[in-house]
Formats: sequence, structure tokens, C-alpha cells
Amino acid sequence: MTSAPSKLYADDVSLLVVTLDTNPFFWTTFSFPFADFLSQVLAFLNSILLLGQLNQVMVIATGCNSCRFVYDSTSDKNHGSTIGTMPALYSNLLHNLDQFVARDRQLASPHAPGTVPSSLLSGSLSMALCYIQRAFRSGPMPPQPRILCLQGAADGPEQYVAIMNAIFSAQHSSVPIDSCYIGSNNSAFLQQASYITDGIYYKPPQLDGLYQYLSTVFATDLHSRAFLRLPKSMGVDFRASCFCHKQTIDMGYVCSVCLSIFCEHHDKCSTCGSVFGQAQLDASAADRKRKA
Amino acid sequence: MSSGQVVKRAKYKTTVKDPGTTGVLKLTQDKFVFKPNDPTSANKLDVEFRFIKSHKHTKEGSNKPPWLNLTHAQGSYIFELESFSDLHVCRELVGIALSKNGEATKVISEEQLSAAEMTLRIKLLQENSKLQRLHKELVASGKLTESEFWATKKKLLDQDESRKLKQRIGFKNSLIFDTKPMSDGRINQVKFQLTPEIKYQIFALKPAVHQAFLNFVPSKMNEVDFWNKYFKAEYLHSTKNAVAAAAEAAEDEDLAVFLKDDDILEIEARKKVRWVDPTLDMEADQGDDYTHLPDHGIFRDGSKDIPEAQNSLYKRTLLQDLNRQGAVVLEGKTLDMEMENPRTVAEILARRKQETADGVPDEERRNRISMTPIEDLQEQDNHPFAPLCIKDPRDYFDSQQANAVKTLDDSQAGMEQMICNLGPEEAYGSLRASISKIKTTGLRDPLFSPEVALKVFNGLTKNISSAKYHLGKSSQESVLDILPNTTKEKLLDHWVCSQELLRHFWSSYPITTQNLNNKTRRLKDSISQIYSKLEEIKVSAKSDLRHQVSLVVHPMQQALDAALLHYEADIRKRNTRAPKPNGYV
Repeated sequence: MTSAPSKLYADDVSLLVVTLDTNPFFWTTFSFPFADFLSQVLAFLNSILLLGQLNQVMVIATGCNSCRFVYDSTSDKNHGSTIGTMPALYSNLLHNLDQFVARDRQLASPHAPGTVPSSLLSGSLSMALCYIQRAFRSGPMPPQPRILCLQGAADGPEQYVAIMNAIFSAQHSSVPIDSCYIGSNNSAFLQQASYITDGIYYKPPQLDGLYQYLSTVFATDLHSRAFLRLPKSMGVDFRASCFCHKQTIDMGYVCSVCLSIFCEHHDKCSTCGSVFGQAQLDASAADRKRKA
Repeated sequence: MSSGQVVKRAKYKTTVKDPGTTGVLKLTQDKFVFKPNDPTSANKLDVEFRFIKSHKHTKEGSNKPPWLNLTHAQGSYIFELESFSDLHVCRELVGIALSKNGEATKVISEEQLSAAEMTLRIKLLQENSKLQRLHKELVASGKLTESEFWATKKKLLDQDESRKLKQRIGFKNSLIFDTKPMSDGRINQVKFQLTPEIKYQIFALKPAVHQAFLNFVPSKMNEVDFWNKYFKAEYLHSTKNAVAAAAEAAEDEDLAVFLKDDDILEIEARKKVRWVDPTLDMEADQGDDYTHLPDHGIFRDGSKDIPEAQNSLYKRTLLQDLNRQGAVVLEGKTLDMEMENPRTVAEILARRKQETADGVPDEERRNRISMTPIEDLQEQDNHPFAPLCIKDPRDYFDSQQANAVKTLDDSQAGMEQMICNLGPEEAYGSLRASISKIKTTGLRDPLFSPEVALKVFNGLTKNISSAKYHLGKSSQESVLDILPNTTKEKLLDHWVCSQELLRHFWSSYPITTQNLNNKTRRLKDSISQIYSKLEEIKVSAKSDLRHQVSLVVHPMQQALDAALLHYEADIRKRNTRAPKPNGYV
């Protein structure tokens, strides 16, 4: 991917948009407590701001039912010094996060018991990209943006299309999506996101040292990355979700008109409405192609 | 017509100048026969239509007799028919015959190509050694025919086409107003040159002449008179004799039209002035520089224009001419047609102008709105955009490959689905509890122990160096680079080859013609050949590399397998089904 000409950015100023997974169902089942996770992340955010006076940090909470901006380092009220025992950064973020969780609770819709509903990664990615687009238009030398996804919950295949769209739009505007996946398996979505946008995908094996992973792998600005050897993502899972049942599939049917993916044969493409004729039915295997 | 045969009396001419041989022309759908009235004449013709490339004919109403011109490879046959109605009948039949024959010849001579096409293909092959190798492999061995091979490479051919796309001819930049009369100096007569091109230019440049032409011709005067008048006016202008021009205009009101300043232009100019930013003081600017000099201080023809108030109506300045010329040139050539008939040209131009005029009020308003910010001074609004792209296939392959390695290493343990038995109330409650915990106690101090830090550091280092092992030192190196060069080359060749074959294979389904049937059979054989070759490579690989090679070969074989399976299944299906549906062979 050709990276955008660097002179259009202030190359030593970063805008880091962090999406924070606040899926309560995930965190209550996960071995690593949310409080520990959050304190490591807060320390990381603080160090980003300390790295450069002009650096900006934006935090978006990714809930099960909604997403929300919970912290903006450019906002005036975040510039106050220590309030009580904590710096303004921490107390404001925590306050907003608490409010967000309470609101997300009200929006909760029932889900199948015993399962972990997925977090709205697509929503927070879209919000991050919108914010970045605004930053692009903010002045002659906008800070260089990047997105960091701190994700724990498993992928929601139903968000496949939305997430892929967000990924491509990020690629289009040369915004790398870094992903730090802390869940137990790998996230195919985030792997693809980082692969396509030239970001870093990393799944830290030792969660109690999360801060160190974050600061060594994800804290470097885009300019410095050229000089560093950072973990390379290997084994990207390129599997797609079918559009009909939102399942991740190895093999499937691809609409020859709009490239929609289906896990089973349909007479008509549900996306673009193309009718697959009789001839196609006989040659249905012709549409059967291994994705990836 | 339905009988498919036309017999007409006609004259056969070998050339346009040839007086012709009278005789009878007989046209059928396959051929035409000309029998001269004089049986001794040598000009007998019996030609099949497949030798005829195209046909032309003279237009009704033109001064030429009704000619039908049939072009063949070496020249053309010209027939002069007795009337235009005869010509139309013949023309129709020839058209049908030619289109029918054209199709037929296309089918027969699929391999026959124009020389240009052939050279283009050769050039492409020469430029691209990979393509050349593929071509040799597939076409030379008869796996694919030449046309089949190129059918999937249409893009390449087109690309080359577009490279030599013809530039559109714009409006001539020379000043039409400077059409200089030619005078032989002996007799008292001036000559102006007039071509359809010049006529068109005049119409475009001078809306008044254009309007006058539409009004006067042919109702009031004929075309020749019109142009005579026009050039008389032009001549008067060129002599710079404003007094004489005024005198002439008084005598002849038609002539006055040409001599007066263009009203339409004036209206347009006034409109344009209205678009100018109101903050711009045009009056003040007028005195700024040399604009107060007539013609920018340039004297046309070396003779100074003497401003004379009463005759200024009949005077044009170079500045006006230049401006008008510039405006028309910028508008571009809007007419893409033969400029044979000035009447039609004039009408089309008028229509075009009407269309643009309809859009004017809207445009004007838009212009007014966007007037204040001047475009040139605006900050550019284009943010850096990277084109959407599918990554380098090699890179993609590497990323996939590592996946396969990892799965085999069985490093993806812990695939068990997480189970959450908590209700939303508890879940959200515990999350909020953790948040308030940090709020009260603050961050842990220290964040983590030095042991953990060391572990993380070691882990990261190991990860980065092992990634180097799996993925090679750089993106350019991969599993393939571990293999010996010959094996690597062979694998890559086979891969390209199998991709090409598979593309052809799948695109020939569903099989609707015997041709496709043969093609798939041929392709299936080549596919199985490649399959066995891949197998060979796998077996012949050294034991320490065998695992890697089989990893690379496996997906290729899978793809080929799918094709072979489909072929078998299709054959079986087609054999069992007795009544064949439409379009199936």
C-alpha cells in the first residue's frame, strides 16, 4: 500500500484513536480482570500524551449495544491537573466510562443465555474514522492519525460487511488500524484490518504485562515504525462471513454480479437481486470458489 | 426484396472517371453478377459478397449520379444506377448480404486477424517474458487455441489500444477574423477562401452571422449571395475604412448586419460582466495600465485605428476579436460531424446554444453564490487518499502460508467457546464495580513486577525473531525462497499455468456448444497433466523440504482437484439426463 505523502501531516504529532472493548459479558468470563486491564491501558494513554505535547488521544468505548466517545484529550475540561487523587485524564475517562456502561445496560437486548454477545467493533471503527476525517479537515497540518483496537470479545460475524467497509475506508484514507487482541483466540476481523491497512496485529500472550506490550509495540508513531522491527502478523485468517447466515465459511457461493458471499445456493442474490438462471444451477459448482 | 434477388439496369465503371459499360446488374444474397449489354465486352462480373469489404453510395440530392460503390481488397466496383430509388433497393440488399457474410466470415476465419492486431500481440509477448512463456506452454502445445488464449487477455490488448487513443481535434487557434483576401493585383477583384471548416468557425465565432444565416438562407438569398455579402463586409473591415463601411451599411441593410457589432456578443459580454466579483472595481481598473490605449497598444496591420465616435459602431478592435476567439477556443469544438452542409451545421449549432442557454440562469445563480471565495486562492481540499488495492498476491500467499504452518504446529489451542452464565445485570454490575474500584484505589503501583517485564521482553524478542524465520527476512523472501531455485521456478511456472487453465476451464461452463465441450475436454487433459507434474515435484523434493513443498503444492492441487471433480460430475449428469434442455449440447 502506498502510504500517504508524509508532508501532509505533522509527522511528529500523533492522533491515536483507541477503541476499548467494554463488553461486560466478555470481561466477567475472562480470566484477566477488567480493572487490571483498564489500569494498564490508562497508563498507556498517559504515556502517549507524555511522548509529545501535541499528541492527541481519543477513546471510544465499544459496548454490546452502543459505542461512545469517552475521552478526548483536546477537550478543555481534560486539561485540568490532578483532581483529588487522580490526574484529570483518569478521572474523566472513568467517569464517562461509568456513565457509558450504565447507558449501555439500559439499551441491552436479551441474548441467548450462556453465550457472549459480540462487541460493536464496526460501530466504534466507524466513529473513529469519522473523527479522523474531522481531524483531517481541522487545519493545514493535521496530526497523523491511527486507530488502536483493544478488543477482547470474539468477532461478531454479523458485522462482517460493516467492518470490512470500515477497513477499506481506513485503507483508502491511509489510516492504519493496529489491533491488540486480548481474547483467547485470534480475531479474524482484526487480523484482516491490520493486514489491509498496514497496521500491527498482536495478541499479547502475557496479559499482566499488557502495558509493556502496548508501549513497545503500539506506542511508536508511524514515522518511527519504518526504523523498527515490530511483530509481523502471520497467519492472517482471510475467511469471510456469508451474507445470509453471518457464519464464517471456508467455501461458499459468490454472486457473480456483486461478489456477495453465501454459504448455500440461492436462486436470487439477496444483495443485488441478480437472478441466477437455470444454467447456473447446473454449473453451481462453478460459483463455488475457495475464498482465500 | 423478400425474393432476395434484385435485377437493375446499371452502368459498370472501373473508376469514377470511366464512362462505364451499360448492362444488367443482378444482386442476390450471396453474389452479384453484371452482364454487359454488349456480349463481347470484357467487363463481365460475377463476384461473391464475401469478397466485398464495404459499400458506399452517393447521397440523394447531391450533384452526383446514383452510384453504388462496392469495395473489395484491390479496389472497388462502381455501378451507376438509373435512379435513386433503384439505388436504395440495391443498397438494402447489399447491406443485408454484407452483414450476413460478415458474420459468416467471422465464424470461419476466427484465426484470421488484421496485421495490426497480430503485431500488437507479438509486441505484448515480446515485452512480457512471463506471458511469452505462458503462451508457449499453452498455445504451442495445443492446450489452448490462439484466440482462446487472447480472449482472457483482452485487457492487455485494450490497454495498448487506449495508449494510442487519438487526440480530439479542437477548435483552430488561428484568427478567423484575419481571413486575408487574396488579390492578384491585376484585376479589381478579391478572393476569399471558404471551406466548410471556415464556415463552421465563422458560425461559432460570430453569433450574429450565424443568426443571419439562419434567417436569410435560403428564404431571402441563396448561400453564395450570403457569403458574398459577408465577405464584402469583411473586406470593408479589413480596409479599416469605417466611413466607407458606414456608407455601405446605409445602402444595404443586409450588409449592415455584418458590419455592426455583434449584438448577441454584447449581450453575452454584459452577462459575463455580471459574474465578476462585485468587489472588483472594473471602472477603477480601466485606467490602470495600457488598456486605455486602443488595441492594447498593438496596431493592427500597422495602421492606427482612429477613434471616430459616430462610426465606432462599424469598428471592431483586435481586443474584441482576440477575446472572442479565446472564448470559442476554450469552449472547445462541440461539433463532431462532417461539415458538408452549412445549413445543418448552423442548425445544430443553434440547438446546442439553446441547450446551454437553458442551463444559464442556474449557472448564473451558482456563480453568484460561489463568487466571493476565489477558487485559486482556496486551500486544496484533497486529503491524502491511497487507492483501494488488493495486496500483492505474493504477500497474501505468505500471510496465508504462515497460517497453514501454524495450524500444523497446532499452536491454535484453546478453541473452546467461552461460556457466560451471568445475566446482564450481574455482568454490567461487575464491570461498573471494576471501574469504581480503579476510581477509588487508583492505578496499581507498580503496574507490574520486573519479572513480568522481563518475560514480556523475552517473549516479544522471540516472537519477532521467529516471525523472521517463518516469513523470511523481508517480504520478498518466503517459504518459496527456502526451496532450490529450479524447484521454485518450476512451481511458479506451474502455478501460473494452472491458474490460466483453470480460468479457461471455469469460464467454459455451462457447456452450451460442442466447441466448449471440446475445449473442456482438452483443458481437463492438461489439468491432469499439471496435476501429475505437481505430484512429481512433491515426490522428488528432498526429504527436509518435502513438508514445505507439499504445503505449497497442496492448495494448487486442491484447486485442480475441484476442476477435475466438476468435470466428471458434469459428464455424468449430462449422460444420465436424456432430454436435453434448451441450449445444451
